[in-house]
Amino acid sequence: MTDILIKGARVLGGEPADLLLRDGRIAEVGTGLTAEGAEVVDATGLVALPGLVDLHTHLREPGREDAETVYTGSRAAALGGYTAVCAMANTSPVADTAGVVEQVYRLGQEAGLVDVQPIGAVTVGLAGERLAELGAMADSAARVRIFSDDGFCVADPRLMRRALEYVKAFDGVIAQHAEEPRLTQGAQMHEGDVSAKLGLTGWPAVAEESIIARDVLLAEHVGARLHVCHVSTAGSVDIIRAAKARGVRVTAEVTPHHLLLTHEKAESYDPVYKVNPPLRTNTDVQALREGLRDGTIDIVATDHAPHAAEDKECEWAHARPGMLGLETALPIVLDVLGEQWDLIAERMSRAPARIAGLDGHGNDLVAGAPANLTLIDPTTRWTVEPTGLASLSHNTPYAGMTVPGRIVATFLRGVPTVLDGKVQK
Amino acid sequence: MKHLLSTADLDAATAIEILDTAAEMASVSGREIKKLPTLRGRTVVNLFYEDSTRTRISFEAAAKRLSADVINFSAKGSSVEKGESLKDTAWTLQAMGADAVVIRHPASGAPHRLANWVTGSVLNAGDGTHEHPTQALLDAYTMRSRMGRLDGLHVAIVGDVLHSRVARSNVLLLNTLGAKVTLVGPPTLIPTDLNTSVQLNYDLDAVLPQADVVMMLRVQRERMTDSYFPSAREYSRRYGLDGARLRRMPSHAIVMHPGPMNRGMEITPEVADSPRSTIVEQVTNGVSVRMACLYLLLGGAR
Repeated sequence: MTDILIKGARVLGGEPADLLLRDGRIAEVGTGLTAEGAEVVDATGLVALPGLVDLHTHLREPGREDAETVYTGSRAAALGGYTAVCAMANTSPVADTAGVVEQVYRLGQEAGLVDVQPIGAVTVGLAGERLAELGAMADSAARVRIFSDDGFCVADPRLMRRALEYVKAFDGVIAQHAEEPRLTQGAQMHEGDVSAKLGLTGWPAVAEESIIARDVLLAEHVGARLHVCHVSTAGSVDIIRAAKARGVRVTAEVTPHHLLLTHEKAESYDPVYKVNPPLRTNTDVQALREGLRDGTIDIVATDHAPHAAEDKECEWAHARPGMLGLETALPIVLDVLGEQWDLIAERMSRAPARIAGLDGHGNDLVAGAPANLTLIDPTTRWTVEPTGLASLSHNTPYAGMTVPGRIVATFLRGVPTVLDGKVQK
Repeated sequence: MKHLLSTADLDAATAIEILDTAAEMASVSGREIKKLPTLRGRTVVNLFYEDSTRTRISFEAAAKRLSADVINFSAKGSSVEKGESLKDTAWTLQAMGADAVVIRHPASGAPHRLANWVTGSVLNAGDGTHEHPTQALLDAYTMRSRMGRLDGLHVAIVGDVLHSRVARSNVLLLNTLGAKVTLVGPPTLIPTDLNTSVQLNYDLDAVLPQADVVMMLRVQRERMTDSYFPSAREYSRRYGLDGARLRRMPSHAIVMHPGPMNRGMEITPEVADSPRSTIVEQVTNGVSVRMACLYLLLGGAR
């Protein structure tokens, strides 16, 4: 393995420093460093962050390899500055056994661009009826710690309680897709004035908020860890803020698209804007931003959801929900938060690594730490082109938008996965 | 005007132009030979993803009276049942040289999507629970011919507003044309967030004495099983229009219904068949209004 000498990077936006990467770790941080035989990366003007960690990625393999594979999703992740992604369980077959999570884990190792950490299903087949073998997945080579039926809510309160309790044995966490299914039957978009105008069945905010309220109480009751996926409403932020103030062990994520886009986007009837939970109102967007700043919301997670063209180029009601996110997440967050690099590192790297239990990620860039990092050019603005992204699918809601911040390089345990903005595999 | 997707796209001048053109078309329909050569050589496709005999034959009659070639494409037993996407169907129609596509579809917004994929004009003949613009235009035409005006008219729209494309298109168009609209129905069948351009009242009896027009919406019995209301009988008692309620309306006021009616549910036979009812006129006017829309969309005016 060649040593890498990064020259003049602004760690967390600070003063320029050199970083020497050797044997998968950061060997030295300082100024005027030299290293014989090392490959020199000129990072003048670039910001160095610990490699980003995505707690919520759909890689579609096994089952929908026409939309994304572990390999293509890993490329997209590396190009987005990520060094670890957590792969959601709603594949086909569902990742509800040790066999499937180990398969996804191995595919990630083979791709070798990011650490792919599988998430296990909470219930068999995501059916919400009986627990999957959570312990077998935890004990497998994939060492699963996050369990989620994402795409579906664990709606049965008794089953949710049992899941929360059961995973305490191996410090697991249940990541809940908060959606009361009886309140969202046939739902197509946020229930509000726009859905009333468009004649699309509404997805009311209360369907999310009622589940979160119930789940924080359950987590409190049994002393378990709860993680709330893709929080989308102002009311949810309030409920989580109150729960945290009481000491409930709850963490929460928000997606880049819920931080930026609103339900008016549906007026085009273009299903590229169809997502679950749906895009909400500007009031919700502002509350989510506030929650992200004050720590009520712990992390930004992409909910990267690739879909084949035929699942989006159709009628709104027939389209699958979901948007690409890996390659645009950092630019959108930079746009929303501004150059608060320490806060960005916390919300996109350190905190998600902590929640996922990924010790090798989300570490400060100091001597001795694993060399997982990314270099960002904050001054370059670029225009999002759906076909210019590495994902197999093209369903980005940001097509034609100009965004700040370009990922120049990413390193996974000292090996460049992206250099000069180009993926290395 | 390239497409007719929503009545929101019509300004007052355009809407009035359509109604005036429809009045001219009505005189053709009164003749023994009900045909104009205006659209000779033009192709109009009726693309129907939902069964709707009355709307389809109304559009078909309208196109034929303008001498257009009409192709009826019904989703049943067609390539659609074999899994063809709307986009592929659009390209097929495009390749066949359709000048206008009249689309009825169960998915809200399908006509908007179609308009991206064909070069011809798209006419929305009803999309899901979104809009039904030609129905609103024929309703406005009917009101204007009965009442002599639209500006300042008080129109009560009664029933399942939440799921009604007729209500949506009517609210938008009537606002544009200066009428005052009150929506009436059980709270479960009214959208939770309404624009402030309309009045809302849950009490039909309170609205009737002030209404110039009472438009009854079709209520599907299936809504009952979804707990929108407890029973058909209770719905009829609270929101159905019967003879007693008809007599509480001003003497000049009219009763409208887009059809098909559920007699005994939202409207009693006594009301439906009374001289105050415009239900049959609405059907007649539908052909004239659709002739006007096709004529104006296909460049007949230029």
